[in-house]
Amino acid sequence: MSFINKPKVGHPSLPTNALGLTRRQYEGSMSTLCAGCGHDSVTAAIIEACWGLDMRPEMLVKLSGIGCSSKTTSYFVSGAHGFNSVHGRMPSIASGANAANRELTYVGVSGDGDSLSIGLGQLVHAIRRNVNMLYVIENNGVYGLTKGQFSASADVGTKAKRGDVNQSPPIDPVLLALSLGATFVARAFSGDKAQLVPLIQAGMRHRGFAIIDVLSPCVSFNNHKASTKSYVFTREHYHAAMEADFVPPAEPIAVDYPQGESIPVELHDGSRVVLRKLGVSYDPTDAAAAYNFIEGKLKQNEYVTGLIHINEATHTEFHTLNNSSPVPLNRIPYEKLSPGRAALEKLMGRYR
Amino acid sequence: MPNLVNAPDRMNDFVVKFANVNGTGSASANSLIMKAIFRMGVPVTGKNYFPSNIQGLPTWYEIRVTRDAYAARAGRVDIMVAMNAETYQRDVREVASGGYLIYDATWPRSVVLQRADITVIGVPLAKLVNDSFDGVRNRILLKNIAYAGALAALLDVDLEIINGLLSESYGKKPKLLDSNTKALRLGYDYAKQHLGCPLPLRVERMDKTSGHIMIDGNTAAGLGCVYAGATVGAWYPITPSTSLMDAFKGFCERYRVDPVTGELNFAVIQAEDELAAIGMVVGASWNGARAFTPTSGPGISLMNEFVGLAYYAEVPCVIFDVQRVGPSTGMPTRTQQSDIMLCAYASHGDTRHVLLFPANPEECFYLAVQAFDLAERLQTPVFVLSDLDIGMNDWMCPDLRWDDAYRPDRGKVLSAEELAGLDKFYRYVDRDDDAISYRTLPGVSPKGAYFTRGSGHNQYGTYTEDSAEYQVVLDRLKRKFATAAKYVPKPELLGKGGNEIAIVSIGSCDGAVREAIDVLERRKIHVDYLRIKAFPFGLEVESFLSAHATIFIVEQNRDAQLRSLLTLETAVEKARLHSILSYSGLPMTCQPIVDGICGVLADAPRLSAIKR
Repeated sequence: MSFINKPKVGHPSLPTNALGLTRRQYEGSMSTLCAGCGHDSVTAAIIEACWGLDMRPEMLVKLSGIGCSSKTTSYFVSGAHGFNSVHGRMPSIASGANAANRELTYVGVSGDGDSLSIGLGQLVHAIRRNVNMLYVIENNGVYGLTKGQFSASADVGTKAKRGDVNQSPPIDPVLLALSLGATFVARAFSGDKAQLVPLIQAGMRHRGFAIIDVLSPCVSFNNHKASTKSYVFTREHYHAAMEADFVPPAEPIAVDYPQGESIPVELHDGSRVVLRKLGVSYDPTDAAAAYNFIEGKLKQNEYVTGLIHINEATHTEFHTLNNSSPVPLNRIPYEKLSPGRAALEKLMGRYR
Repeated sequence: MPNLVNAPDRMNDFVVKFANVNGTGSASANSLIMKAIFRMGVPVTGKNYFPSNIQGLPTWYEIRVTRDAYAARAGRVDIMVAMNAETYQRDVREVASGGYLIYDATWPRSVVLQRADITVIGVPLAKLVNDSFDGVRNRILLKNIAYAGALAALLDVDLEIINGLLSESYGKKPKLLDSNTKALRLGYDYAKQHLGCPLPLRVERMDKTSGHIMIDGNTAAGLGCVYAGATVGAWYPITPSTSLMDAFKGFCERYRVDPVTGELNFAVIQAEDELAAIGMVVGASWNGARAFTPTSGPGISLMNEFVGLAYYAEVPCVIFDVQRVGPSTGMPTRTQQSDIMLCAYASHGDTRHVLLFPANPEECFYLAVQAFDLAERLQTPVFVLSDLDIGMNDWMCPDLRWDDAYRPDRGKVLSAEELAGLDKFYRYVDRDDDAISYRTLPGVSPKGAYFTRGSGHNQYGTYTEDSAEYQVVLDRLKRKFATAAKYVPKPELLGKGGNEIAIVSIGSCDGAVREAIDVLERRKIHVDYLRIKAFPFGLEVESFLSAHATIFIVEQNRDAQLRSLLTLETAVEKARLHSILSYSGLPMTCQPIVDGICGVLADAPRLSAIKR
């Protein structure tokens, strides 16, 4: 936890992006989370990702529910509107906001309690609706703000700080999303920023619902021995299987990738993700193969990380299916929305 | 036929009730009769009493032919068209003395509940139809049209008007038009040849419906949302509000599709539940679209948490509550006004909400538009409290009108240019001393960015746990509610204002109250009437209450919720407010109002003196 607010003015030598903005200008207010919290690393990765994408701050919308993770949306991009809604209901706020203005980039940050317990229904239906947004779950298996109860992602046999052992099977957000037909599914570890940043960038540019489950240890309530969501356990059991490199539009793919081990996928705005398969044989565009692979690895206590599944080919994104006006609904002039007096007079004939 | 009672003065003043089985297509035959009478210039109301079911259960439709244009249910049945054997016994009982019962005489009546004081008229409907048409489903449907034909002869309804209505409906389907016209004629001719047509309870042309339409409140409200410029509708299906979104969507498909590209200038989202529906409305409104959700009591219960967030974070949203019978699931297809308290104080913590009370479909249209203006002007949730009776029944209303000069009141929203002119933007500062602060929309300028939250915040929009900072915002919200009282629609006053006795009511009670006032007038009891159209109550309500010694509060719930709200939110003494309550689930009639007022007057000698 920090007690001193950093000045917003940066040193002139700080690198700037295409908009002339430094990373500092993508920061938010000071984090109030515990020192060493995995969530702060996710915040840093989001800042890096937005800076790298040359994102105009006001074009970003930050959404969250309730919980430690949901607080973090105020810790990045202070030039963006934020909406810290009610517990487990951020997906509906995101759906409505997105319906009103399809031009903005929506990033939701949630936790395992917010997403997998109280908010499971809303998460499931936002995936099904294929809302164009990035949904980050900061997953630590525990309720932090209420001091250490198990969440629905807690593994069987994991031990709470006070000694309780969890008996109920966990809900795995990656398997859940795959089973629902999500078109962008990733898992990452908050301690691996190099992996996380391109995933966030690709997720923000994906047209449709992109979900990243970030294993993000809770240093206060779930970082002890016998916890399966501690830093030590996660470091030992996470397994990077499908690294993603994000390549912005108009930039050539600079690195030479070995044939058969890399898959370039073009995103709708012309940017690309190049998936590097690290000793994995399945095709990440095949959801069923991804499901089998992840499920098998979970049984061996292994968290596969990386961009697990991507499908840019389908067009089930909400506005695409709705055939919405390309002009955001909140900007259509009233003159185009009102049928007018003459139409009403004519309509009255129907009711006589 | 027995002697016909009170014949001459019942012309254009009687009630026909149809007893049917739901799912048999009777609704179109019944509305055919109603619309034909309406087109003869005679005022009508239609009330549908239907089960929460798709097929096979009893359903009734009631047409009140009312030369005085009363909007309420009559509470009396003069002619029963008894087409449901299952309910035959009770249907016979319901007919008023001197009335008529029409039944299908194809089969002998197994349960003949004879009544000497009514006329029983048999028409062999099934036989007529079976002799002329094939197919089981076809025969069932056309039997309805055949009784409409017989009824047209008995009531002297112009057959050409009915034929005209049929060709409007089936103009593009000549086979259907042909069979319907034939079935109509079968019933009509049979009645003409075998029965004494017309009955004394009959229809004669008037000129009291021109410039009027027959429309239900949900259709009118959905149309109002289109004219208000709403672009996002989110909902979860629930009786009796479903047809509001159906109407909105239907009108949008007509008026909001780009003629060149086919792209839609609206989005209707069927949410997974009411929690999500209101969340989407809050999200869309926060992002600058006009958004709304239609629902009913159970949906409001679920929406409470988000309503509190919208109140505290000051996000506009419009919620239509088409009220039905509670508590719990209650009776989903019956009407009530029992969500008044629920909506007025929805959600935990100190909250108070703006409520609008339309009395008929016409007001559903205009108040729908006003609801969006108020929500955005005041940056708060606005509830439109309609009910099943208004929402789903056909009412006679003046034509809906529109002024093309109307522009939405988007309230205090800062543009990029206005933001550029500010030193710094603070979301919750009361710059204009009217307790309404300025808001900004995402995507406009980084200078307008702020963090919307339901947690404690100060007037600068940042998180706080400081008592004084918290109270500054909470106190301003209280002042904002006082500002709201100046913006909401004024109550409607009927009467000179100088009478000692008064009636105060809301919403769909209006028709019954107006009819009761006429009855009371004939008994030389004069009352003033105030119909409240909105909460918070303004000065007009306060001064009306203080000007009357004895006030009857007429409403459709058990616990006198409007009376409770008046005692909480005005200075009126409780003892001066007498409740007249109707909570049967059926639309209110004037009778309990007349009886209630006369009863109190009889018990209070001093008040009886008023009866001059």
